[in-house]
Amino acid sequence: MTEPNRYRIATSDSSIVAMDSRLLAVILAALALAPAARAEPREATLANGLRLVVKEDHRAPTVVQQVWYRAGSMDESPGTTGVAHVLEHMMFKGTRGVGPEEFSRLVAGAGGRDNAFTSTDYTVYHEQVHRDRLPFVMRLEADRMANLMIRPVEFAREIKVVMEERRLSTEDQPRALLDETLLATAFSAHPYKWPTIGWMQDLQNMTWKDALSWYQNWYAPNNATVVVVGDVDPEQVIAWAKRYYGPLARKPIPARKPQSEPEQRGMKRVILKAPAELAYVRFGYKAPALRDPATDWEPFAIAVLVKVLGGNDAARLNQVLVRERRIATSAGAEYELLSRGPGMVLLNAAAAQGHARGELESALRELVAGVAAQGITAEELQRAKVQLLAQFMYRRDSFFAQAMEIGELESSGLSFRDADRIPERFKSITAEQVQSVAAKYLVDDGLTVAVLDPQPLARRAPAPAAPAAAH
Amino acid sequence: MNPSLSAILMLLLLAAAPADARVQIEHWTTQSGVRVYFVETRALPIVDVAVEFAAGSAYDPRERAGLGQLTLTLLKGGSARFSEADMDRRIADAGAQLRDNFDLDRAGFALRTLSSEAERKLAVDTLADMLLSPRFANEVFEREKARAIANAAEAETQPDHIAEKRLYALMYPSHPYGSTATPATLATITREDVERHYRARYRAAGAAVTIVGDLSIDAAKSLAEQLTARLAQGGEAALPAASPPATGETARVAHPSAQSHVVLGEAALTRDDPDYFPLLVGNYILGGGGFASRLMTEVRSKHGLAYSVYSYFYPYAQRGPFQVGLQTRRDQANEALKRVQGVIAEFMARGPTAAELKAAKQSLVGGFPLRIDTNRKLLEQLSTIGFYKLPLDWLEAYPARLDAVTLDQIRGAFARHIAPEKLAVVIVGAAE
Repeated sequence: MTEPNRYRIATSDSSIVAMDSRLLAVILAALALAPAARAEPREATLANGLRLVVKEDHRAPTVVQQVWYRAGSMDESPGTTGVAHVLEHMMFKGTRGVGPEEFSRLVAGAGGRDNAFTSTDYTVYHEQVHRDRLPFVMRLEADRMANLMIRPVEFAREIKVVMEERRLSTEDQPRALLDETLLATAFSAHPYKWPTIGWMQDLQNMTWKDALSWYQNWYAPNNATVVVVGDVDPEQVIAWAKRYYGPLARKPIPARKPQSEPEQRGMKRVILKAPAELAYVRFGYKAPALRDPATDWEPFAIAVLVKVLGGNDAARLNQVLVRERRIATSAGAEYELLSRGPGMVLLNAAAAQGHARGELESALRELVAGVAAQGITAEELQRAKVQLLAQFMYRRDSFFAQAMEIGELESSGLSFRDADRIPERFKSITAEQVQSVAAKYLVDDGLTVAVLDPQPLARRAPAPAAPAAAH
Repeated sequence: MNPSLSAILMLLLLAAAPADARVQIEHWTTQSGVRVYFVETRALPIVDVAVEFAAGSAYDPRERAGLGQLTLTLLKGGSARFSEADMDRRIADAGAQLRDNFDLDRAGFALRTLSSEAERKLAVDTLADMLLSPRFANEVFEREKARAIANAAEAETQPDHIAEKRLYALMYPSHPYGSTATPATLATITREDVERHYRARYRAAGAAVTIVGDLSIDAAKSLAEQLTARLAQGGEAALPAASPPATGETARVAHPSAQSHVVLGEAALTRDDPDYFPLLVGNYILGGGGFASRLMTEVRSKHGLAYSVYSYFYPYAQRGPFQVGLQTRRDQANEALKRVQGVIAEFMARGPTAAELKAAKQSLVGGFPLRIDTNRKLLEQLSTIGFYKLPLDWLEAYPARLDAVTLDQIRGAFARHIAPEKLAVVIVGAAE
């Protein structure tokens, strides 16, 4: 499956009430206590370059393993878009020792669940099992890290499955198609401009050799991070990692050339016609992503801003567009704090019946301009921070979510250790900082507007059947 | 109120206490007669609460389908004490998350909140107001009704929704499980209908409260009382029995989508059916077990016809559907349907092999710990036990009951519950 979003900050609302020095002192005390009070994740780097991060959590007798390869659709080239995701599918098609589709059967036979996802930035394979079966799934992942067999006959079948996935997840989903259109318009140079699932034509013309060369280029212990969270002894996990992953050979990884997006100088807009009832508007503003958690402050302020705008029922987009003005049936905001490439603030709104997309678009821009001009209230700031910090806590309920947090940090060029620093940085953001990032980044010159122009079902001619799959 | 960020931060930093993996369920009944299920787990400073009523879509009058979901939404629209915006802010200020739970049988909420006193109180007080003293203000009603109509109109353009709606109508031609909200049914609903529905269905006897997390049993008891104290008596689950029509109909619906959506189904399984475990294990082999399943092997792995293909039993208070589905390029729909029907026929005729049964048990029994390894998963399991009055040892006995399933039981259970000729079939976006 493809996962277009990496580190989604669900939006909400915020407001601060005075942060007095007594409260700050309490935090500092808590920070000082932290290392003694709980087990820090353990890390290790094997001689072949494989990174390992292990976090103990003994709330249940289970464990998750995630293998993160630092290769996603942003590492692809025009003409073979989607190959990262196609290879993800081929990873279930067997090795020298494991037959096609055997991998998932073996994990299931061990009482486990497995799957994988591909994003713009990375490709991740994961298993959840009883703690006793961890060495078994480590051995399986190590095997397919080095010994994958890409059989042309299996590829020919699987590429058809991927095309069906594209039809299901994008072509027949007007709002997903609009997202794809937005990114293709907003970026002119950066590879975020093509979809992780790939363009249909590229899938039709892809060959097993494209998949093989992707595997040969990027699947190596020195381009992977293994994250383990659960009811385990870290020393034991490190020993198993050495046994199973340790023997794999380091490989040269292709050079990654910078592909910075040139500065946008003026608003872009695009209209998509698709079968739907309601008009739907999506805004994308160019924005920075987090690079240095110690010194960057803008990304934290943007995440707070996005919480103030959307995401919970008390946030501004919902209160103003849905509740007060009643011109939208839903509205939200998203921002990914962590990404290898450029960041983006995304807003969306679905029109209420009888309201035109132009009205919705003006209302969104007016609302954004209001934050830049007047700022946010202390109450909104506090609310956003509470929501953000509570989300960090709720993530602790799930081993899988904790492993995701570690993997996202490590794969975005940060460290798992930043997981503790980030909540603290959110706490220090001020209303003035939030206003200043709104004024700096939520501006028309960096904006791309994508509009879904709904088409009635009856009047459209049936879509032509797609050509047969490529071989 | 002033939730302390520092307190949350400190909890974040300190939370990681080792915990007991056993599930100790406490069960009692509130003064108003609501069943309560509680698991204390102190490892994280979180409390999860689910409150559910026998008020799902099956209780909607057919001509006003959508009434139940609209009523649930409007509970959040303001109370005697709080305006709608107050409620939104209080939930957000507590750092809490509130989700609707709504299906054929059930309507209710799941609340997740921090366990610290001030935040928990803020969130729980608000939820109690939603449940016990909704305002149903006219302007909120009109707005939410318009939103529901707009969303229903949008859904009616999407092939997956069209397929499901038609399938349910064919599976349950004269049972309330078969109706789906449309712009037309929603348009007939009045504010008085909502008030009447609330008074009729949000009552004690059909309700269950589930609590999981960081609080004492005494605190859980007072929390449950607070959420239910003023509920009226009555409100038991009461639905007519469902049975499939003698012959399954086939419907083809035109749609310009790139893929055809193919779904099959028939009324099959109640929550309390003694064949529950044989059907669960059998369906894992047929179409529930991901890549290990026969449907996935035939339709996806061997023939590349679909990304997703599945079969499921959805057990409800009355016979819920056995449902099969896939999506495929429109010119392949007939081929895919034939392959699915072939797999089902073969499975019905011969049942699974001993090797398949062994693999299914390994997966389901061995995977049992993964069903309850987070507070949220535990809440979901527990609320189902509570709502459907399943035995308290349901979770504890679950792995052994899976393990006891035999090949004969699976064949017998499928023969009793599935008649392939009664399967309704819907193809949306079919090749003409």
